[in-house]
Amino acid sequence: MHNFTPIPAIIGGAMIGFAAAMMLIINGKIAGISGIIGSLSKPVKGDRGWRIAFIAGLVAGPLVVQVLTGQLAAITIENDVPSLITGGLLVGFGTRLGSGCTSGHGVCGISRWSTRSIVATLIFMLAGVATVYIIRHGLA
Amino acid sequence: MVWPEMRQSMVAFIAGIIFSAGLTISRMIDPAKVLGFLDVFGQWDASLALVMASALLVMAIAWRLAVQRNQPVFAENFPAPAKRNIDARLVGGAILFGVGWGLIGLCPGPAISGLALGRWEVVIFVIAMLVGMALHQFTASPKPRT
Repeated sequence: MHNFTPIPAIIGGAMIGFAAAMMLIINGKIAGISGIIGSLSKPVKGDRGWRIAFIAGLVAGPLVVQVLTGQLAAITIENDVPSLITGGLLVGFGTRLGSGCTSGHGVCGISRWSTRSIVATLIFMLAGVATVYIIRHGLA
Repeated sequence: MVWPEMRQSMVAFIAGIIFSAGLTISRMIDPAKVLGFLDVFGQWDASLALVMASALLVMAIAWRLAVQRNQPVFAENFPAPAKRNIDARLVGGAILFGVGWGLIGLCPGPAISGLALGRWEVVIFVIAMLVGMALHQFTASPKPRT
């Protein structure tokens, strides 16, 4: 096992679950990020403000953590521009076509035992594992 | 904006911050961490399985609490029951998403949160992701939301 960080993983995961629970119990909404962004383009009265507010909160999150801990999260991305664009297009199109992403299907859907979400999560995880396998270890 | 809408937006803003702080603290915001999780046959980092398990546990309790209430605190209705049909869209969409996720290590949540980190790579990814979403909007026939 490599770089295993169980305690931050469990704490961070509980925060993600708590935030999704707030959205469900207080606002009656599914905290699925691809759906929250994607449905912004549909003009439904009174349905825009909370989506924009949630997205603003997402962007503010790492900055709030920075204020509290004194350091901004460091990330590693090693992809070039063509693969960043390809990856972005696939993630954007795929999550909308499949009606959800890691948050909508993976967290909110599986926790209500939605068969669709369980199937979708298994498939996108397998596809992700296969992609990383091919890139890192090759087909041979 | 009217008051009920404003209340909902304030809750959503706070929930967004907590969600994103969770992504930051769990390190799921880091594509290298995500790729380490997906590299099951290499130097596997299982951390993100715990992120998901922990989030699922809290949300499973939330769904139980929701069932006991007539309606959400600041809204009229809870989400409609989940659809049940497994169709080509669900499967195809999940495959495309999974390949993109495995290529970069970013899914929609961490991508948006990552905008705060001032990295041009994340900005390019998010713009492409929004274009991908728009492409779906223009090409697919209308369908009910999940």
